[in-house]
Amino acid sequence: MACYDSLEKIKAEITKCMKCGNCQAVCPIYKEVMRETGVARGKIQIAKDLLEGRLEHTEKLQEIFNLCLTCKACAANCPSGVRPDKIILATRAAIVRKRGLPLVKRQIFGLMSKPRRFRMGIGMASKLQALGLKKIKDKDLARPRFPIGLDMKRIVRPLAGRPLLSQIPEVSKVPKSRARVAFFTGCMLNYIYTQAGRAVIEVLNANGVDVVTPREQHCCGIPVLVNGDVKTAKEIAKYNLDVFARGNYDAIITHCGSCIGAWVHHYHELLADEPRYGALAKELSAKAFDVSQYLVDKLGMREPLAKLNYTVTYHDPCHMVRGVGISQQPRKVIRNISGVTLKEMKKPDRCCGSAGSFSLSYYELSGKIRDKKVTDILSVNPDIVLTSCGACRMQLEEGLYRAGSDIPVRHVVEVLAEAYAKEGGVTSERKTG
Amino acid sequence: MCLNKVIEQLTQALGEENVLTEKEELAAYSFDATADIPKVVPQVVVTPTSTQQVQEVVKIAAKYKMPLYTRGSGTNLSGGTIPLNQGIVMVMVKMNKILEIDAENLTATVQPGVIIQDLNDAVAEYGLIYPPDPGTVATATMGGSVAECSGGLRGLKYGVTKHYVMGLEVVLANGKVMRCGGKTVKNVTAYDMVKLFVGSEGTLGVITEIIVKLIPAPETRKSALAVFRSLDDAAKAITGIIANKVIPATLEIMDNVTIRTVENYARVGLPTDAEAVLLIEVDGIPEVVEKEAEVVARVCRENNGELKLAETAEERDEIWQARRAALPALAQVSPTTVLEDATVPRSKIPDMLKALRHIAEKYQLTIGTFGHAGDGNLHPTILTDENNAEEMKRVHKAVDEIFEVALSLGGTLSGEHGIGIAKQKYLEKEFGEAGIEALKAIKKALDPENILNPGKILKF
Repeated sequence: MACYDSLEKIKAEITKCMKCGNCQAVCPIYKEVMRETGVARGKIQIAKDLLEGRLEHTEKLQEIFNLCLTCKACAANCPSGVRPDKIILATRAAIVRKRGLPLVKRQIFGLMSKPRRFRMGIGMASKLQALGLKKIKDKDLARPRFPIGLDMKRIVRPLAGRPLLSQIPEVSKVPKSRARVAFFTGCMLNYIYTQAGRAVIEVLNANGVDVVTPREQHCCGIPVLVNGDVKTAKEIAKYNLDVFARGNYDAIITHCGSCIGAWVHHYHELLADEPRYGALAKELSAKAFDVSQYLVDKLGMREPLAKLNYTVTYHDPCHMVRGVGISQQPRKVIRNISGVTLKEMKKPDRCCGSAGSFSLSYYELSGKIRDKKVTDILSVNPDIVLTSCGACRMQLEEGLYRAGSDIPVRHVVEVLAEAYAKEGGVTSERKTG
Repeated sequence: MCLNKVIEQLTQALGEENVLTEKEELAAYSFDATADIPKVVPQVVVTPTSTQQVQEVVKIAAKYKMPLYTRGSGTNLSGGTIPLNQGIVMVMVKMNKILEIDAENLTATVQPGVIIQDLNDAVAEYGLIYPPDPGTVATATMGGSVAECSGGLRGLKYGVTKHYVMGLEVVLANGKVMRCGGKTVKNVTAYDMVKLFVGSEGTLGVITEIIVKLIPAPETRKSALAVFRSLDDAAKAITGIIANKVIPATLEIMDNVTIRTVENYARVGLPTDAEAVLLIEVDGIPEVVEKEAEVVARVCRENNGELKLAETAEERDEIWQARRAALPALAQVSPTTVLEDATVPRSKIPDMLKALRHIAEKYQLTIGTFGHAGDGNLHPTILTDENNAEEMKRVHKAVDEIFEVALSLGGTLSGEHGIGIAKQKYLEKEFGEAGIEALKAIKKALDPENILNPGKILKF
């Protein structure tokens, strides 16, 4: 759908809204701000006013549309089947076309449209981050020393010393492989949670799959798209499509809700009007899988022989559960690990408040939403919190740290990788025994 | 400029965070959930956090003769919260504390901004329920629900909101606070002011505290779905169940248009050639529920109904999934969904349904009807497009006729949505001239300057 190119194209979706207000019951933002502009119904009617000329592209309007986590809870709860998330993204895009992006975002997104310079930029940042970030004692977390674009109270995971792409070989082969897949690492795993990235490769290898991790791949582009920069999002989409069309892969594997959403939905939506890329996006969308989904639905994952001893809880990333409808597969992965008990928290699919760059712009509000999530996690008191998204992970790590908790947050496949690794130990023990 | 002064004083009284003045924020309060009603943008929106702040707002409105429109979540379906003459919109959602749950006296005391479902969740821990359950139970506020006297699916057995409100705190149009009613089951002191404010749609005072009656949660429940080839058989089953001394908690009907639309949308296995289906739930003590379910089954069969009794929780969910899908399914057929609220004595349900079918044919409109058959409260739902001016003319004529028929059958204009703007033109037909005069006298006595929600229920 070319709704990102013209607000007019989303008109039918806007008209579908019955104004019933049911979205108020599930909107994390509305629960905090208690204003009609915070919730989908208000935003949709304002988009209608904009479309029909009763309102203009003001800064206030932009602010109202920025105030959304794109968690899609409203869409899932809408009796009329309206997709408020699409209306909001289309309106953001319309506003950006008219008003442009704020300077900081323009600079960052400008850099993102050039993959090589982006990689260099992050590489430099990783070397220089110690200047801006102060490490928290005994933790893999840091806080800003001075305002570097982060809220001064913010707690973050520092960038990894070396990105995942330079830690791993381009091809990880296994003897007698069942399939050959391409690994789309995305930014969070490539630059921050590299351990989780290695785990993706390990679990795929352990299930007899060759993994190719193309060196030239780039950010999925969702952070750019949700900020209304459709032009850059399209450039990134085309770039990634070109990179992943080059090899003849059985599947493209991602490990994060936004990345999988990009491959499954957004690339095609963005490029539907362009014959070559539109067709390519559609073709590759059928090959894209989240790692848990691929393990469970495609491979029929092998249950690890070794036993672990954890009680875990699972947080559903919004873009994973509502964006692409994946919630059972990660749970099946967890349940397939012997000795691991999954204890569900209340409303595991409620947004953690991160929403990528949202937490940068609205740190306080994001924190209030996060703290509700943390309360739910703590009431389960797990040994580990598992999730399927790096951005959620960072948000939860900060929340748990602030709540004085030592509970670690990990990607689902890390625990699986641990079980497979321990399996090796079991075998060697057997050998020596 | 008067408005600037008003805003200045409101800000002084409520703090900046509780006063919205930017036109984009105001635009978000120009509508409610009613279809086919004009949007009007207020001049200022306030979000008070205490009774005292509400008093301040009312005093300022009175001083400057600014219209004051009180609003909860804005889920109402009668245009009741549209700021017709602009002025101040007062949103009560920040006054959302459950002040007390008194399990001994079976009451709860709440602020008006409490969401109905939140109250139900809180009292569930005591094994209690607050029975009124409008379709918007997860969103609507207690204040709005009391002001509109909302109903819901359990109306037949449990009644509507007014049957559960025991006491109120109200800020009057002069800014003074009055309390009426209380926790006593028996209370016959003076005029029944509680009932007067319940359903007053924000025109007589601003509700700032509510004491409601709670009841023990039914121990168990049983649901059934009955399919009828003929409307008359369905109607006979409805009256037959009650004549056999069973009062189901819920007794819902869906007509053929609704059945077909729901089936097309949700694929729940409804027979698309049936003239009507009834969805029935009995609740209470297990032995009684068992006995009542048998009666329901017998009466349905005697009236040529095919019956499916839910044996498990999943089967029960399946049955109610069909009912829950009714409005969404109808809503997705067309851009505009005009949801009406005509109510007749339950024995007149077949007459009303036939009249609706005739009206749909006469004005060439698609009307799907579902609703609370047991209490005679039907929701004829007209599927239309507000951009089609010619069709909207026919819609308006059809709506006029729907209410004419409902009244001629001894019915009423509203079973649960209230009058607001949408139905005020029919009011005299139900109340007569003397009745309207009496209503106006009450309004004038309590709000002589016509500050509170002007233009609703009555025209001045």
